Amino acid sequence: MKEAVMSKAALSDNSEDYNFFESDKDKGIRITGSEAVVRSLLAEGVNTIFGYPGGAIMPVYDELYKYQDQLHHVLTRHEQGAVHAAQGYARVSGNIGVCIATSGPGATNLITGIADAYIDSTPIVCITGQVGSHLLGTDAFQETDVIGITMPVTKWNIQVTKSEDIPVVFAKAFYIAKSGRPGPVLIDITKDAQFSELNFEYKKCTNIRSYIPIPVIKINKIEEAAEIINNAEKPFVLFGQGVILGKAEEEFKQFIEKGGLPAAWTILGLSALESSHPLNMGMLGMHGNYAPNKLTNECDVLIAVGMRFDDRVTGDVSRYAKQAKIIHIDIDTAEINKIIKATIGIHADVKEALPMLTKLIDKKTHIKWIEEFYKLQQIEDEKIIQNDIFPTQGEITMGEVVHLISEKTDDNAVIVSDVGQHQMITCRYTKFKQSKSNITSGGLGTMGFGLPAAYGAKLAAPDRTVVAIIGDGGFQMTIQELGTILQTKVNLKIVVLNNNFLGMVRQWQEMFFDKRYASTVMDNPDFVAIAQGYGIKSKKIETRDNLSMDIQEMLDYDGAYLLEVIVAKEDNVFPMIPTGSSVAEIRLD
Amino acid sequence: MKEQFTISVFTENRIGILSHISIIFTRRHINIDSITASETEAHDIYRYTIVVTETRDMVRKVVKQIEKQIEVFQAYYHTLDEIIYQEIALYKLPIKVIKKGAELEKIMRQHHARILSVEEEFLIVEKSGHKEETQELLEQLEPFGVIEFVRSGRVAIIKPMWRFNESLHEMEKQKQETLV
Ligand SMILES: Cc1ncc(C[n+]2csc(CCOP(=O)(O)OP(=O)(O)O)c2C)c(N)n1
Repeated sequence: MKEAVMSKAALSDNSEDYNFFESDKDKGIRITGSEAVVRSLLAEGVNTIFGYPGGAIMPVYDELYKYQDQLHHVLTRHEQGAVHAAQGYARVSGNIGVCIATSGPGATNLITGIADAYIDSTPIVCITGQVGSHLLGTDAFQETDVIGITMPVTKWNIQVTKSEDIPVVFAKAFYIAKSGRPGPVLIDITKDAQFSELNFEYKKCTNIRSYIPIPVIKINKIEEAAEIINNAEKPFVLFGQGVILGKAEEEFKQFIEKGGLPAAWTILGLSALESSHPLNMGMLGMHGNYAPNKLTNECDVLIAVGMRFDDRVTGDVSRYAKQAKIIHIDIDTAEINKIIKATIGIHADVKEALPMLTKLIDKKTHIKWIEEFYKLQQIEDEKIIQNDIFPTQGEITMGEVVHLISEKTDDNAVIVSDVGQHQMITCRYTKFKQSKSNITSGGLGTMGFGLPAAYGAKLAAPDRTVVAIIGDGGFQMTIQELGTILQTKVNLKIVVLNNNFLGMVRQWQEMFFDKRYASTVMDNPDFVAIAQGYGIKSKKIETRDNLSMDIQEMLDYDGAYLLEVIVAKEDNVFPMIPTGSSVAEIRLD
Repeated sequence: MKEQFTISVFTENRIGILSHISIIFTRRHINIDSITASETEAHDIYRYTIVVTETRDMVRKVVKQIEKQIEVFQAYYHTLDEIIYQEIALYKLPIKVIKKGAELEKIMRQHHARILSVEEEFLIVEKSGHKEETQELLEQLEPFGVIEFVRSGRVAIIKPMWRFNESLHEMEKQKQETLV
């Protein structure tokens, strides 16, 4: 049994775990299943949910109406908007985002967001209505097997057919969504379960016998890792969202500071470490910075913290950091050795593992090694960055807009990006002082994510400036959500970087398909008029002269504002690691 | 190098677990050679036995992903030398084979097979054994006119002395550690 994998625990007989479908049937107050849904949400501390009504979820909406003083329901314009908004809400607040939809098309409209939340480990709870349990499996009106459809993209899902199961299921759902490696959970509730009554009593879930969210750290692994780090001459740290999800920003900083360890981030790890930190070496991956990508293949020890070696980060894995010993810390053991073979795999919550490591590592500075990063940074700065963010002539660049936004918000705004060139530029040129401030769709790369995620974020952080930076393509994928902004009156700043192209695809066509621009040219509507139609103040900028002032005006305006900036049509994002190349082959032009 | 692995998965008794598990194989284009499920000696816990032919590395990754499922307790993988395993096969033969009684008896004895049932038109032969063995019997019975043949999935027991319940308790203790 030497190869047996044993990492999951279960419960001893005397533990306080309650059996799944056995809530105490005589206790509590007598209410309907739909009221139990609302009360369960309140018991979990939820005060905002995003959704869209329909037949199979109407009983719950009726209760939402009655409880509107306690639970704010945001009516979106599409269920995809609801789920992305819940994601934005979760990412900024660190709490669970909740969305709700009806059966059939309502439920299927959630799928993209659920898949996005799954791959980006975002804790959300999705509630869907379902046809009456006597109709299940009969192709009833608006019946979709949402449990079957969402199985591969949820951390957990369940169908409730009996009202008395509702409190237990909700408790379990909230526990699963947030604990361990977070993720989306879906609860599908049949209409009869919403109508029928139960004795409601809510008890939070703290344990599930077949599920261990927090692994027990193997001390010897920490010791071995520390020894490797202490013997390293060129150590290099890669960090991902695990640092943010694990609320381990401080622990992480102490770790790299003591070890004098240069560190670079994945786009989901961005903002976990302030941009100005001298050990912050920038962005990894396809359009990341020159130095961290190049030096990945020159370091002698690579320490991956709460990240999963996405192929957009690694390039060709067969030529990825082959020279280095690899230490991989992750809360999800399935990530360790999945893509990159680890010399030492530490299955752990980073918040626990990092202080243990910090204690054992020597205080060092690695000045000469860090110099190498700065040298390469210099090259990138001269060849790319200066031209991107301080152009003096020609069309407006995405980089200068992003740079100005960052500067004018004192590097302290929540920045939400959509997907494409502007996303890469936004991640490259926005500076951050606070964690949980960069919201973007990383793993799935979902166009249309930006706008709804941004108002979700703003509702979670009403006191912070939230700026959505979106391409003209992605904007039109969820443009209807302007209606949600109109109705909720959120003070959201929207910047549409309009290049009249599906820019990122066009860049690939230019580079790899001999400029055959197949279906990437966009004939766009008058975005300003559209925004104004939704009662949103709006302006279009075509020249550099007033750019700075106009951005300031947008930020100063008390209310939602859409700024359309006409940017260079055929600009490319560099550096770039072409698909199939190694990180060391990163191109500057 | 691909070899045969027997994966044992211990789960809660919940609708949908089988789909959850099979999706993981489907995503990676892994063919399941056989699958069986049953209750275990531990009350309310189910056991899936899945046979695949794959590289060790791939099996390890898949097993970790199976273990990630909330309602999966544990999953293990073993090579043939680490388990005792068995399969069962049933063969339906026309009743007229009785006429060749002596010949049939010899085959039955050789293969330690037995007659499970005799009906008006047919009889059912039963044999348990490894796939090669039940296959060999099939080939020998073919001249008699096999009407139907069916073979079960594998069931397997792990060789070392080990009880699922004990490891559950052991791990629960560990889990309490992380709570404090
Ligand atoms: C839903 C979805 N469909 C298609 C794609 C493929 N895709 C990636 S980037 C991109 C172009 C984005 O264009 P735009 O929104 O204008 O942003 P830009 O790249 O110009 O900044 C496309 C089509 C995607 N990521 N998501």
